Amino acid sequence: MVEGKKIKISVQNLDFYYGQNKALRAINLEMLSNQVTAFIGPSGCGKSTLLRVFNRMYSLYPGQRATGRVLLDGEDILAPSYNVNLLRARVGMIFQKPTPFPMSIYDNISFGIKLYEKLRKVEMDERVEQALRQAALWDEVKDNLKKSGLSLSGGQQQRLCIARAVAVRPEVLLMDEPTSALDPIATLKIEELVAELREQFTVLIVTHNMQQAARVSDYTAFMYLGEMVEYGPTQQLFTNPRQKQTEDYITGRYG
Amino acid sequence: MMNPDPHVSQRFDNELQAVHELVHRMAGTVEDQMRNALLAVQKGDEELANEVIGRDSVVDQYELRIEEECISILVRRQPAAGDLRLVMTLIKSIADLERIGDKAVKIANMAISMQHSTTSINQRFLRDIKTMGDYALGMFHQAMDTLANGDAEKAIEIAKGDEELNQEYRAALRRLVTYMMEDPRTITPAIDALFIAKAIERVGDHARNLCEYVVYLVKGINVRHSPLEEYGKQQD
Repeated sequence: MVEGKKIKISVQNLDFYYGQNKALRAINLEMLSNQVTAFIGPSGCGKSTLLRVFNRMYSLYPGQRATGRVLLDGEDILAPSYNVNLLRARVGMIFQKPTPFPMSIYDNISFGIKLYEKLRKVEMDERVEQALRQAALWDEVKDNLKKSGLSLSGGQQQRLCIARAVAVRPEVLLMDEPTSALDPIATLKIEELVAELREQFTVLIVTHNMQQAARVSDYTAFMYLGEMVEYGPTQQLFTNPRQKQTEDYITGRYG
Repeated sequence: MMNPDPHVSQRFDNELQAVHELVHRMAGTVEDQMRNALLAVQKGDEELANEVIGRDSVVDQYELRIEEECISILVRRQPAAGDLRLVMTLIKSIADLERIGDKAVKIANMAISMQHSTTSINQRFLRDIKTMGDYALGMFHQAMDTLANGDAEKAIEIAKGDEELNQEYRAALRRLVTYMMEDPRTITPAIDALFIAKAIERVGDHARNLCEYVVYLVKGINVRHSPLEEYGKQQD
Protein backbone atom coordinates (compact mmCIF):
# COMPACT_ATOMS: atom_id res chain seq x y z
CA MET A 1 0.00 0.00 0.00
CA VAL A 2 2.71 2.49 0.93
CA GLU A 3 6.39 2.22 0.16
CA GLY A 4 8.54 0.62 2.83
CA LYS A 5 5.80 0.18 5.41
CA LYS A 6 4.79 -3.24 6.54
CA ILE A 7 1.20 -4.40 6.78
CA LYS A 8 0.45 -4.99 10.46
CA ILE A 9 -3.19 -5.99 10.28
CA SER A 10 -5.05 -7.29 7.29
CA VAL A 11 -8.81 -7.71 7.49
CA GLN A 12 -10.25 -10.03 4.89
CA ASN A 13 -13.93 -10.42 4.24
CA LEU A 14 -14.88 -9.94 7.85
CA ASP A 15 -18.52 -10.37 8.92
CA PHE A 16 -19.65 -9.93 12.50
CA TYR A 17 -22.82 -11.07 14.20
CA TYR A 18 -24.59 -10.17 17.41
CA GLY A 19 -26.76 -13.30 17.46
CA GLN A 20 -28.73 -13.12 14.21
CA ASN A 21 -27.92 -9.48 13.72
CA LYS A 22 -25.17 -8.80 11.20
CA ALA A 23 -23.19 -5.82 12.46
CA LEU A 24 -20.25 -5.86 10.05
CA ARG A 25 -20.48 -6.69 6.37
CA ALA A 26 -17.58 -7.90 4.27
CA ILE A 27 -14.94 -5.62 5.75
CA ASN A 28 -11.64 -5.54 3.87
CA LEU A 29 -8.84 -3.36 5.07
CA GLU A 30 -5.10 -3.28 5.54
CA MET A 31 -3.40 -1.30 8.27
CA LEU A 32 0.24 -0.38 8.25
CA SER A 33 2.73 -0.76 11.02
CA ASN A 34 3.45 2.39 13.08
CA GLN A 35 0.58 4.32 11.62
CA VAL A 36 -2.50 5.76 13.27
CA THR A 37 -5.78 4.70 11.72
CA ALA A 38 -8.96 6.49 12.79
CA PHE A 39 -12.43 4.97 12.48
CA ILE A 40 -15.28 7.40 12.08
CA GLY A 41 -18.96 7.03 11.38
CA PRO A 42 -22.35 7.59 13.01
CA SER A 43 -23.42 5.68 16.13
CA GLY A 44 -24.13 2.07 15.35
CA CYS A 45 -22.04 1.99 12.19
CA GLY A 46 -19.87 -0.82 13.58
CA LYS A 47 -16.64 1.01 14.29
CA SER A 48 -16.43 -0.07 17.94
CA THR A 49 -17.51 -3.57 16.98
CA LEU A 50 -14.66 -3.73 14.50
CA LEU A 51 -12.18 -2.49 17.09
CA ARG A 52 -13.31 -5.21 19.51
CA VAL A 53 -12.54 -7.84 16.90
CA PHE A 54 -8.86 -6.96 16.91
CA ASN A 55 -8.30 -8.33 20.40
CA ARG A 56 -11.22 -10.77 20.26
CA MET A 57 -12.90 -8.97 23.07
CA TYR A 58 -16.24 -10.12 21.67
CA SER A 59 -15.45 -13.74 22.43
CA LEU A 60 -16.13 -12.96 26.10
CA TYR A 61 -19.79 -12.72 25.15
CA PRO A 62 -21.88 -15.67 23.97
CA GLY A 63 -23.70 -15.21 20.70
CA GLN A 64 -21.17 -12.83 19.24
CA ARG A 65 -19.09 -14.19 16.40
CA ALA A 66 -16.85 -13.11 13.60
CA THR A 67 -16.24 -14.82 10.26
CA GLY A 68 -13.55 -14.09 7.72
CA ARG A 69 -9.90 -13.52 8.44
CA VAL A 70 -7.99 -10.97 10.49
CA LEU A 71 -4.27 -11.37 10.01
CA LEU A 72 -1.91 -9.93 12.59
CA ASP A 73 1.58 -10.14 11.10
CA GLY A 74 0.15 -12.68 8.71
CA GLU A 75 -1.39 -14.93 11.36
CA ASP A 76 -5.16 -15.33 11.58
CA ILE A 77 -6.26 -14.20 15.05
CA LEU A 78 -9.78 -15.51 14.45
CA ALA A 79 -8.49 -19.08 14.12
CA PRO A 80 -9.76 -21.15 17.06
CA SER A 81 -6.22 -22.30 17.72
CA TYR A 82 -4.96 -18.76 18.25
CA ASN A 83 -4.00 -18.03 21.87
CA VAL A 84 -6.34 -15.27 23.02
CA ASN A 85 -4.30 -14.40 26.12
CA LEU A 86 -1.23 -13.88 23.99
CA LEU A 87 -3.30 -11.82 21.57
CA ARG A 88 -4.41 -9.46 24.35
CA ALA A 89 -0.79 -8.94 25.35
CA ARG A 90 0.05 -8.03 21.77
CA VAL A 91 -3.04 -5.90 21.26
CA GLY A 92 -3.78 -3.49 24.12
CA MET A 93 -6.98 -1.54 24.56
CA ILE A 94 -7.96 1.80 26.05
CA PHE A 95 -11.61 2.57 26.70
CA GLN A 96 -13.84 5.59 26.67
CA LYS A 97 -14.01 5.96 30.44
CA PRO A 98 -10.70 5.76 32.29
CA THR A 99 -10.73 2.53 34.28
CA PRO A 100 -7.84 2.49 36.74
CA PHE A 101 -7.83 -0.39 39.22
CA PRO A 102 -8.53 0.60 42.84
CA MET A 103 -4.87 0.34 43.80
CA SER A 104 -1.75 2.47 43.74
CA ILE A 105 -0.41 4.06 40.59
CA TYR A 106 2.58 1.73 40.75
CA ASP A 107 0.44 -1.38 41.18
CA ASN A 108 -1.89 -0.37 38.40
CA ILE A 109 1.02 -0.77 36.03
CA SER A 110 2.94 -3.65 37.60
CA PHE A 111 -0.26 -5.70 37.79
CA GLY A 112 -0.44 -6.34 34.08
CA ILE A 113 3.28 -6.99 33.73
CA LYS A 114 3.16 -9.64 36.45
CA LEU A 115 0.63 -11.60 34.42
CA TYR A 116 3.17 -12.15 31.68
CA GLU A 117 6.62 -11.73 33.21
CA LYS A 118 8.50 -12.39 36.41
CA LEU A 119 10.70 -9.40 37.19
CA ARG A 120 12.97 -8.38 40.02
CA LYS A 121 12.03 -5.25 41.96
CA VAL A 122 14.62 -3.06 40.21
CA GLU A 123 13.52 -4.24 36.81
CA MET A 124 9.88 -3.72 37.68
CA ASP A 125 10.64 -0.17 38.90
CA GLU A 126 12.28 0.50 35.58
CA ARG A 127 9.37 -0.88 33.62
CA VAL A 128 6.84 1.14 35.58
CA GLU A 129 8.84 4.31 35.05
CA GLN A 130 9.23 3.57 31.37
CA ALA A 131 5.52 2.99 30.93
CA LEU A 132 4.62 6.16 32.80
CA ARG A 133 7.09 8.11 30.70
CA GLN A 134 5.64 6.68 27.50
CA ALA A 135 2.22 7.80 28.67
CA ALA A 136 3.58 11.29 29.48
CA LEU A 137 2.50 10.90 33.09
CA TRP A 138 5.83 10.30 34.85
CA ASP A 139 6.63 13.90 35.73
CA GLU A 140 3.24 14.40 37.31
CA VAL A 141 3.23 11.27 39.51
CA LYS A 142 6.86 10.27 40.08
CA ASP A 143 6.88 11.57 43.68
CA ASN A 144 3.66 9.84 44.57
CA LEU A 145 3.59 6.38 43.06
CA LYS A 146 1.90 4.95 46.15
CA LYS A 147 -1.10 7.20 45.68
CA SER A 148 -4.31 5.55 44.53
CA GLY A 149 -4.88 5.59 40.77
CA LEU A 150 -8.41 6.76 41.49
CA SER A 151 -7.16 9.99 43.06
CA LEU A 152 -5.86 11.24 39.72
CA SER A 153 -7.78 13.61 37.46
CA GLY A 154 -9.74 12.18 34.53
CA GLY A 155 -7.04 13.03 32.02
CA GLN A 156 -4.33 11.58 34.25
CA GLN A 157 -6.40 8.45 34.84
CA GLN A 158 -6.70 7.96 31.09
CA ARG A 159 -2.93 8.34 30.69
CA LEU A 160 -2.49 5.86 33.54
CA CYS A 161 -4.62 3.42 31.55
CA ILE A 162 -2.44 4.06 28.52
CA ALA A 163 0.66 3.45 30.67
CA ARG A 164 -0.91 0.21 31.89
CA ALA A 165 -1.59 -0.86 28.32
CA VAL A 166 1.89 -0.06 27.01
CA ALA A 167 3.62 -1.60 30.07
CA VAL A 168 3.10 -5.11 28.71
CA ARG A 169 4.77 -3.99 25.48
CA PRO A 170 1.99 -4.60 23.01
CA GLU A 171 2.38 -4.06 19.27
CA VAL A 172 -1.05 -2.64 18.61
CA LEU A 173 -3.06 -0.17 20.70
CA LEU A 174 -6.81 0.01 20.33
CA MET A 175 -8.44 3.21 21.55
CA ASP A 176 -12.21 3.39 21.80
CA GLU A 177 -13.13 7.07 22.08
CA PRO A 178 -10.28 7.66 24.52
CA THR A 179 -11.01 11.35 25.04
CA SER A 180 -14.78 11.63 25.00
CA ALA A 181 -14.89 11.91 28.80
CA LEU A 182 -12.04 14.43 29.00
CA ASP A 183 -11.79 18.22 28.88
CA PRO A 184 -10.10 19.91 25.87
CA ILE A 185 -6.65 20.25 27.44
CA ALA A 186 -6.59 16.65 28.67
CA THR A 187 -7.80 15.68 25.19
CA LEU A 188 -4.93 17.53 23.54
CA LYS A 189 -2.45 15.77 25.82
CA ILE A 190 -3.81 12.38 24.82
CA GLU A 191 -3.73 13.37 21.15
CA GLU A 192 -0.14 14.51 21.53
CA LEU A 193 0.61 11.19 23.15
CA VAL A 194 -0.94 9.26 20.27
CA ALA A 195 1.51 10.94 17.91
CA GLU A 196 4.39 9.70 20.10
CA LEU A 197 2.98 6.22 20.65
CA ARG A 198 2.84 5.78 16.91
CA GLU A 199 6.64 5.56 16.85
CA GLN A 200 6.45 2.25 18.69
CA PHE A 201 2.94 0.96 18.22
CA THR A 202 0.32 0.61 15.56
CA VAL A 203 -2.60 2.69 16.79
CA LEU A 204 -6.28 2.18 15.92
CA ILE A 205 -8.60 4.83 17.27
CA VAL A 206 -12.38 5.09 17.21
CA THR A 207 -13.66 8.62 17.57
CA HIS A 208 -16.85 10.60 17.18
CA ASN A 209 -14.83 13.75 16.90
CA MET A 210 -13.97 14.21 13.25
CA GLN A 211 -11.48 16.96 13.92
CA GLN A 212 -9.73 14.57 16.26
CA ALA A 213 -9.52 11.96 13.52
CA ALA A 214 -8.13 14.63 11.20
CA ARG A 215 -5.59 15.73 13.80
CA VAL A 216 -4.20 12.42 14.99
CA SER A 217 -4.47 9.90 12.20
CA ASP A 218 -2.52 8.96 9.10
CA TYR A 219 -5.40 6.99 7.63
CA THR A 220 -9.09 7.32 8.19
CA ALA A 221 -11.83 4.76 7.66
CA PHE A 222 -15.41 5.90 7.31
CA MET A 223 -18.00 3.27 8.21
CA TYR A 224 -21.73 3.31 7.72
CA LEU A 225 -24.33 0.65 8.53
CA GLY A 226 -21.71 -2.01 9.13
CA GLU A 227 -19.85 -1.36 5.89
CA MET A 228 -16.50 0.18 5.15
CA VAL A 229 -17.52 3.03 2.87
CA GLU A 230 -14.15 4.66 2.37
CA TYR A 231 -10.63 4.16 3.64
CA GLY A 232 -7.71 6.35 2.69
CA PRO A 233 -5.04 8.85 3.71
CA THR A 234 -6.57 11.23 6.25
CA GLN A 235 -5.77 14.42 4.40
CA GLN A 236 -7.33 13.15 1.23
CA LEU A 237 -10.43 11.82 2.95
CA PHE A 238 -11.07 15.14 4.67
CA THR A 239 -10.35 17.41 1.70
CA ASN A 240 -11.49 15.32 -1.23
CA PRO A 241 -13.40 12.18 -0.28
CA ARG A 242 -14.24 9.79 -3.10
CA GLN A 243 -17.64 8.70 -1.85
CA LYS A 244 -20.61 11.01 -1.54
CA GLN A 245 -21.66 9.25 1.70
CA THR A 246 -18.31 10.19 3.22
CA GLU A 247 -18.63 13.78 2.04
CA ASP A 248 -22.16 14.04 3.42
CA TYR A 249 -21.07 12.70 6.79
CA ILE A 250 -17.96 14.79 7.30
CA THR A 251 -19.60 17.97 6.08
CA GLY A 252 -22.64 17.43 8.28
CA ARG A 253 -25.30 16.69 5.67
CA TYR A 254 -28.18 14.26 5.74
CA GLY A 255 -26.88 10.88 4.68
CA MET B 1 -23.07 24.12 -5.81
CA MET B 2 -21.16 20.87 -5.83
CA ASN B 3 -23.07 19.01 -3.17
CA PRO B 4 -26.70 19.98 -3.64
CA ASP B 5 -27.85 18.37 -0.38
CA PRO B 6 -28.45 20.66 2.59
CA HIS B 7 -26.45 20.54 5.80
CA VAL B 8 -28.06 19.42 9.03
CA SER B 9 -27.38 22.97 10.14
CA GLN B 10 -29.42 25.21 7.88
CA ARG B 11 -27.59 28.23 9.20
CA PHE B 12 -24.36 26.77 7.83
CA ASP B 13 -26.00 26.51 4.41
CA ASN B 14 -27.09 30.13 4.70
CA GLU B 15 -23.64 31.29 5.75
CA LEU B 16 -21.92 29.54 2.85
CA GLN B 17 -24.46 30.81 0.38
CA ALA B 18 -24.22 34.37 1.71
CA VAL B 19 -20.45 34.53 1.40
CA HIS B 20 -20.56 32.93 -2.04
CA GLU B 21 -23.03 35.60 -3.15
CA LEU B 22 -20.85 38.35 -1.72
CA VAL B 23 -17.94 37.12 -3.84
CA HIS B 24 -20.08 37.35 -6.96
CA ARG B 25 -21.20 40.86 -6.00
CA MET B 26 -17.56 41.82 -5.52
CA ALA B 27 -16.78 40.34 -8.95
CA GLY B 28 -19.63 42.36 -10.46
CA THR B 29 -18.17 45.56 -9.03
CA VAL B 30 -14.69 44.67 -10.24
CA GLU B 31 -16.01 43.93 -13.71
CA ASP B 32 -17.74 47.33 -13.82
CA GLN B 33 -14.52 48.99 -12.68
CA MET B 34 -12.55 47.31 -15.44
CA ARG B 35 -15.11 48.09 -18.11
CA ASN B 36 -15.34 51.74 -17.08
CA ALA B 37 -11.57 52.14 -16.91
CA LEU B 38 -11.23 50.80 -20.45
CA LEU B 39 -14.08 53.03 -21.59
CA ALA B 40 -12.38 56.04 -20.00
CA VAL B 41 -9.28 55.28 -22.06
CA GLN B 42 -11.25 54.90 -25.28
CA LYS B 43 -13.31 58.06 -24.78
CA GLY B 44 -10.71 60.12 -23.00
CA ASP B 45 -13.27 60.52 -20.23
CA GLU B 46 -11.44 61.90 -17.22
CA GLU B 47 -14.54 62.07 -15.04
CA LEU B 48 -15.26 58.39 -15.56
CA ALA B 49 -11.62 57.57 -14.79
CA ASN B 50 -11.84 59.48 -11.52
CA GLU B 51 -15.02 57.62 -10.66
CA VAL B 52 -13.16 54.30 -11.10
CA ILE B 53 -10.35 55.49 -8.83
CA GLY B 54 -12.86 56.59 -6.21
CA ARG B 55 -14.74 53.28 -6.22
CA ASP B 56 -11.63 51.19 -5.54
CA SER B 57 -12.31 51.45 -1.82
CA VAL B 58 -15.62 49.63 -2.40
CA VAL B 59 -13.69 46.68 -3.83
CA ASP B 60 -11.29 46.74 -0.88
CA GLN B 61 -14.20 46.76 1.56
CA TYR B 62 -15.67 43.71 -0.16
CA GLU B 63 -12.37 41.90 0.19
CA LEU B 64 -12.09 42.64 3.91
CA ARG B 65 -15.67 41.68 4.62
CA ILE B 66 -15.53 38.40 2.68
CA GLU B 67 -12.25 37.46 4.30
CA GLU B 68 -13.80 38.04 7.70
CA GLU B 69 -16.84 35.92 6.82
CA CYS B 70 -14.60 33.09 5.60
CA ILE B 71 -12.50 33.19 8.78
CA SER B 72 -15.69 33.07 10.79
CA ILE B 73 -16.82 29.95 8.89
CA LEU B 74 -13.43 28.30 9.35
CA VAL B 75 -13.34 28.95 13.06
CA ARG B 76 -16.94 28.10 13.85
CA ARG B 77 -17.77 25.35 11.36
CA GLN B 78 -14.42 23.69 10.69
CA PRO B 79 -15.59 22.86 7.18
CA ALA B 80 -14.41 19.64 5.52
CA ALA B 81 -14.29 18.21 2.00
CA GLY B 82 -16.30 20.23 -0.54
CA ASP B 83 -17.18 22.89 2.05
CA LEU B 84 -13.52 23.37 2.89
CA ARG B 85 -12.59 23.58 -0.78
CA LEU B 86 -15.33 26.16 -1.34
CA VAL B 87 -14.13 28.39 1.49
CA MET B 88 -10.51 28.08 0.33
CA THR B 89 -11.56 28.86 -3.23
CA LEU B 90 -13.45 31.97 -2.15
CA ILE B 91 -10.56 33.22 0.01
CA LYS B 92 -8.13 32.78 -2.87
CA SER B 93 -10.52 34.24 -5.44
CA ILE B 94 -11.01 37.54 -3.63
CA ALA B 95 -7.26 38.16 -3.66
CA ASP B 96 -7.32 37.92 -7.46
CA LEU B 97 -10.48 40.02 -7.68
CA GLU B 98 -8.84 42.71 -5.61
CA ARG B 99 -5.82 42.67 -7.91
CA ILE B 100 -8.04 43.01 -10.98
CA GLY B 101 -9.61 46.00 -9.22
CA ASP B 102 -6.13 47.50 -8.82
CA LYS B 103 -5.47 47.02 -12.52
CA ALA B 104 -8.66 48.94 -13.30
CA VAL B 105 -7.37 51.81 -11.16
CA LYS B 106 -4.04 51.68 -12.92
CA ILE B 107 -5.75 51.87 -16.32
CA ALA B 108 -7.93 54.76 -15.09
CA ASN B 109 -4.81 56.62 -14.00
CA MET B 110 -3.30 56.10 -17.44
CA ALA B 111 -6.49 57.43 -19.02
CA ILE B 112 -6.09 60.65 -17.02
CA SER B 113 -2.38 60.87 -17.77
CA MET B 114 -3.13 60.53 -21.48
CA GLN B 115 -5.57 63.44 -21.33
CA HIS B 116 -2.88 65.63 -19.84
CA SER B 117 -0.22 64.62 -22.30
CA THR B 118 0.68 67.00 -25.13
CA THR B 119 0.78 64.34 -27.81
CA SER B 120 -2.55 62.72 -28.53
CA ILE B 121 -2.90 58.99 -28.40
CA ASN B 122 -2.58 57.14 -31.63
CA GLN B 123 -5.82 55.53 -32.81
CA ARG B 124 -3.95 52.34 -33.59
CA PHE B 125 -2.90 52.01 -29.95
CA LEU B 126 -6.50 52.40 -28.91
CA ARG B 127 -7.54 49.58 -31.24
CA ASP B 128 -4.97 47.24 -29.72
CA ILE B 129 -6.15 48.12 -26.23
CA LYS B 130 -9.78 47.66 -27.19
CA THR B 131 -9.22 44.19 -28.60
CA MET B 132 -7.22 43.04 -25.61
CA GLY B 133 -9.55 44.68 -23.11
CA ASP B 134 -12.65 43.04 -24.56
CA TYR B 135 -10.93 39.68 -24.54
CA ALA B 136 -9.79 39.99 -20.90
CA LEU B 137 -13.22 41.19 -19.75
CA GLY B 138 -14.87 38.24 -21.49
CA MET B 139 -12.43 35.81 -19.91
CA PHE B 140 -13.02 37.26 -16.46
CA HIS B 141 -16.78 37.20 -16.81
CA GLN B 142 -16.80 33.60 -17.97
CA ALA B 143 -14.40 32.59 -15.20
CA MET B 144 -16.86 33.90 -12.62
CA ASP B 145 -19.66 32.02 -14.38
CA THR B 146 -17.77 28.75 -13.98
CA LEU B 147 -17.40 29.49 -10.27
CA ALA B 148 -21.14 30.07 -10.01
CA ASN B 149 -21.97 26.89 -11.93
CA GLY B 150 -19.15 24.70 -10.66
CA ASP B 151 -18.17 23.94 -14.27
CA ALA B 152 -14.60 22.65 -14.19
CA GLU B 153 -14.45 21.63 -17.86
CA LYS B 154 -15.42 25.10 -18.99
CA ALA B 155 -12.96 26.60 -16.51
CA ILE B 156 -10.12 24.63 -18.10
CA GLU B 157 -11.16 25.83 -21.52
CA ILE B 158 -11.21 29.48 -20.43
CA ALA B 159 -7.89 29.16 -18.61
CA LYS B 160 -6.31 27.85 -21.81
CA GLY B 161 -7.57 31.00 -23.56
CA ASP B 162 -5.15 33.07 -21.47
CA GLU B 163 -2.37 32.07 -23.88
CA GLU B 164 -4.20 33.88 -26.67
CA LEU B 165 -4.25 37.06 -24.60
CA ASN B 166 -0.55 36.69 -23.88
CA GLN B 167 0.14 36.41 -27.61
CA GLU B 168 -2.03 39.45 -28.27
CA TYR B 169 0.02 41.34 -25.68
CA ARG B 170 3.33 40.33 -27.26
CA ALA B 171 2.08 41.41 -30.68
CA ALA B 172 0.91 44.76 -29.30
CA LEU B 173 4.26 45.20 -27.59
CA ARG B 174 6.11 44.66 -30.88
CA ARG B 175 3.88 47.14 -32.69
CA LEU B 176 4.32 49.77 -29.99
CA VAL B 177 8.08 49.40 -30.02
CA THR B 178 8.08 49.79 -33.78
CA TYR B 179 6.07 53.02 -33.53
CA MET B 180 8.43 54.39 -30.93
CA MET B 181 11.46 53.66 -33.08
CA GLU B 182 9.87 55.19 -36.14
CA ASP B 183 8.78 58.36 -34.46
CA PRO B 184 10.16 59.46 -31.09
CA ARG B 185 7.16 61.75 -30.54
CA THR B 186 5.03 58.63 -30.01
CA ILE B 187 7.17 57.45 -27.11
CA THR B 188 5.08 59.00 -24.33
CA PRO B 189 1.65 57.81 -25.54
CA ALA B 190 3.10 54.47 -26.59
CA ILE B 191 4.48 53.86 -23.12
CA ASP B 192 1.10 54.77 -21.63
CA ALA B 193 -0.51 52.29 -23.99
CA LEU B 194 2.10 49.71 -23.08
CA PHE B 195 1.28 50.03 -19.38
CA ILE B 196 -2.39 49.60 -20.15
CA ALA B 197 -1.74 46.56 -22.31
CA LYS B 198 0.37 45.05 -19.54
CA ALA B 199 -2.40 45.69 -16.98
CA ILE B 200 -4.91 43.97 -19.26
CA GLU B 201 -2.60 41.04 -19.78
CA ARG B 202 -2.37 40.66 -15.99
CA VAL B 203 -6.16 40.62 -15.73
CA GLY B 204 -6.06 37.58 -18.00
CA ASP B 205 -3.60 35.91 -15.60
CA HIS B 206 -5.93 36.56 -12.67
CA ALA B 207 -8.88 35.20 -14.62
CA ARG B 208 -6.83 32.11 -15.31
CA ASN B 209 -6.13 31.77 -11.58
CA LEU B 210 -9.85 31.97 -10.87
CA CYS B 211 -10.46 29.15 -13.36
CA GLU B 212 -7.82 27.01 -11.70
CA TYR B 213 -9.45 27.51 -8.30
CA VAL B 214 -12.72 26.29 -9.81
CA VAL B 215 -11.02 23.08 -10.96
CA TYR B 216 -9.73 22.59 -7.41
CA LEU B 217 -13.15 23.33 -5.99
CA VAL B 218 -14.96 20.84 -8.19
CA LYS B 219 -12.39 18.10 -8.72
CA GLY B 220 -10.19 18.48 -5.66
CA ILE B 221 -7.06 18.51 -7.81
CA ASN B 222 -4.56 21.29 -8.13
CA VAL B 223 -3.85 22.27 -11.72
CA ARG B 224 -1.79 25.33 -10.91
CA HIS B 225 1.83 25.48 -12.04
CA SER B 226 1.26 22.61 -14.44
CA PRO B 227 0.52 22.87 -18.13
CA LEU B 228 -3.21 22.69 -18.69
CA GLU B 229 -2.62 20.48 -21.72
CA GLU B 230 -1.78 17.71 -19.28
CA TYR B 231 -5.07 18.10 -17.50
CA GLY B 232 -6.83 15.46 -19.60
CA LYS B 233 -4.14 12.93 -18.74
CA GLN B 234 -4.46 13.55 -15.01
CA GLN B 235 -8.05 12.48 -15.28
CA ASP B 236 -7.21 9.01 -16.55
